[in-house]
Amino acid sequence: MPHKTFFWFFFPSGLAMLLFIGLPIISSFFQSLHIENEQILMEVENCDVFGCKTEVRVDLEATKIIDEENPLGRFNGLRTYADRNHLAFNEINDAWKVSSSYNQFFDIIFNLPFYKALLFTLTFCFAVTPPVIVLGFIVALSINTISQTIKGPTIFGTILPMIVTPLIGSLVLFWMIDAKGILGATIQNIFDDPNLSLKSSSELTWITLIIYGIWHNTPFAFVVFYAALQTVPLDPLEAAIIDGASRYQRVRYIVIPHLYPVATFIMLICLMDNFRVFEPIIGFKAEGAAQSLSWLIYSDLRNESIMLFGSAGATSMLTIIGVGFLLTPVLIRTWKEFKTER
Amino acid sequence: MQYDLLIEKVHFARKKYLGGNTMKNIFYAIIFSLVSTGTFAADPCNVSGGKINILANEFTTYRIFMDEVKSCAGADADFSVTHSVDHNKLQVAALSANPAEFSAKLVTNGSITTLMNDGLIRPLDDLVAKYGDNLNDNQKITIDGKIYAIAFMANAQHLWYRESILNELGIAVPSTYEEVIEAGKKIQASGKMANPYGGAFQAGWNLGQEFVNMYLGHGGEFFKAGSAELSINNDQGLATLNMLKNLTEVANPDFLTQDTNAVKEEWESGNLALMHIWNSGAASILDDEGDQMIKADTRLAPSPSVGGGSKPATTLWWDGFGIATNTSDAEAEASFRALLGAATSTEMANNNPNATIWLIKGYTPGDTAGPVVDAANRGATPYPSLPHMSLLHGALSTEIVEFLQGNESAQKALDDVEAAYIAKATEQGFL
Repeated sequence: MPHKTFFWFFFPSGLAMLLFIGLPIISSFFQSLHIENEQILMEVENCDVFGCKTEVRVDLEATKIIDEENPLGRFNGLRTYADRNHLAFNEINDAWKVSSSYNQFFDIIFNLPFYKALLFTLTFCFAVTPPVIVLGFIVALSINTISQTIKGPTIFGTILPMIVTPLIGSLVLFWMIDAKGILGATIQNIFDDPNLSLKSSSELTWITLIIYGIWHNTPFAFVVFYAALQTVPLDPLEAAIIDGASRYQRVRYIVIPHLYPVATFIMLICLMDNFRVFEPIIGFKAEGAAQSLSWLIYSDLRNESIMLFGSAGATSMLTIIGVGFLLTPVLIRTWKEFKTER
Repeated sequence: MQYDLLIEKVHFARKKYLGGNTMKNIFYAIIFSLVSTGTFAADPCNVSGGKINILANEFTTYRIFMDEVKSCAGADADFSVTHSVDHNKLQVAALSANPAEFSAKLVTNGSITTLMNDGLIRPLDDLVAKYGDNLNDNQKITIDGKIYAIAFMANAQHLWYRESILNELGIAVPSTYEEVIEAGKKIQASGKMANPYGGAFQAGWNLGQEFVNMYLGHGGEFFKAGSAELSINNDQGLATLNMLKNLTEVANPDFLTQDTNAVKEEWESGNLALMHIWNSGAASILDDEGDQMIKADTRLAPSPSVGGGSKPATTLWWDGFGIATNTSDAEAEASFRALLGAATSTEMANNNPNATIWLIKGYTPGDTAGPVVDAANRGATPYPSLPHMSLLHGALSTEIVEFLQGNESAQKALDDVEAAYIAKATEQGFL
């Protein structure tokens, strides 16, 4: 494709990306460098149902004057990034000094909100992505071989978890794993423990979320693998059959090498998606046991009605950097493959 | 009385001189317009112009109230209401827009402060002067001399118990939290129920509220007087956390996922013998749906005190409405009129005496009002209406979770709350 044609072909989506993704990122970055202006407090007489008393209020007029002078708030540089609710440099430093063992050191660190969220987010990413790729591949292979008449309904059933909105899917499962729900009661029965509850401990909640993540993401891998399976050349396969290769050998030596680039692509997308895990935490009411980076942003913006824009902006930037780190190895690999193919 | 006589006369006149049904409506319209411009204050209901769009929390009493608002607004009004348990999280963003997403918001002494911080609700003095003759004085929420909200109900959390179960095991109704735990352990030991106590411990706002209740019960102060500096890192804070932990031991192990509505469901399924939830829960627990055996066995009791204190460990709340600043005057007036009509409706209050404690003129409290009145008499503290309170509430709602899970010490949890609060309050310009 000539460069000029490509440019005009790409221009509309490029413009949309710049407007709706690029600019908001720049704006979040600027907000993350600022904190709110100082709130001027004053004591006033307040009367309500339970009587009158003198209480502190924000002095709206004085605060308004300051806000008009500095609409962005006070410049804070990178201090929001370094504070206790984000990278917590001081706290890590202190933890290093007081800890007598690595165990104690990591205990302190993973008690800090950002690192706690990072730990869960990474665990979720790396626990969900490999099974999704393996399961997606197996499902695609199986469906590829079933008879044409039942293929349609089976494909529809298989991609259902992806069609169901994450929030709805997780809510339905949340009720099913309740101690009185069908799954929860069955599990209690199997383990013969009437007090077993998937919601009660952090570990079990994590496992539940990870299983949900696999359930929700597998259809995506399946769809991509299934499409790619249609492109596997028939000649080598037939040749292999004539040579007496077993089904396993055909898959291992012909299909898998052919699908390798597709697997890399799925891994890339899955890692990126799972790094932003959010809806299941709300759906499973799991914020007590599991917090992700996206959940931290949500919590900053919805912190019992006061919105912490600077803090949310800082976490967003850190998330973007995190996604960058996570994808670098995969991207380098793809780039190398791209080069060698040339 | 005069009013009735007038109607009587109209009827007589219609029968005698007119007869036709169309004439009846015209006559009524004339008479009503005379009445409303004459001896009576302006009638707030039957709004014709202006959009009414309200954001409100979600529970049965609010539904009752909103039905009344809707009927007061009349058939011609452009009326809509959004019920959401996340109303607190939505309100600032929704009312900051200009024009605001909602023309009115149901507020409480907890949620009004963040709206006040940004000047998002308007003074109502002129509207009250025009329509508010039927308001009780204590319904007018006055801040620095101006009315910013109209309250219509009072609420508090208190104890609920199953009479037959306590009687059977010879347990007296607990009046302190120490006795609640003792009773819970006794019920557990009897094998009747595995987890007899229910409280709204869901990580988030509910859990923060449990701490607030218990800490005030211990006589604690959240902030150093007149400033935004925190003062919860003390013995009362530690005692509060330990008491919450003890309570969770007689509660469902899923306690971190249960909000008030979930606890109510547990109660209605017969899994609980004791719980500490809102008085307004009576509207759905004591209604005609669900297991009537449990309903007949449900009793309300005062909120327990704790740690040898005399104050009940609960907070007093009022619920009312405020009108958005960023909305047109016509919409503001229309919304105010419809909401005021319900907030002065003696009929609604007396038809639903047990739905809550109405602050409305002419209301006779029902059987369920006792515990809230008792809490007020025993000196329970209203939830603090301070501009920085919600930052503390937010810090509490996430930072004490690990302690309740048994993963860290109470002292560490308090240190965490303090550190989280300081970081947030510094960013927000309070410190």
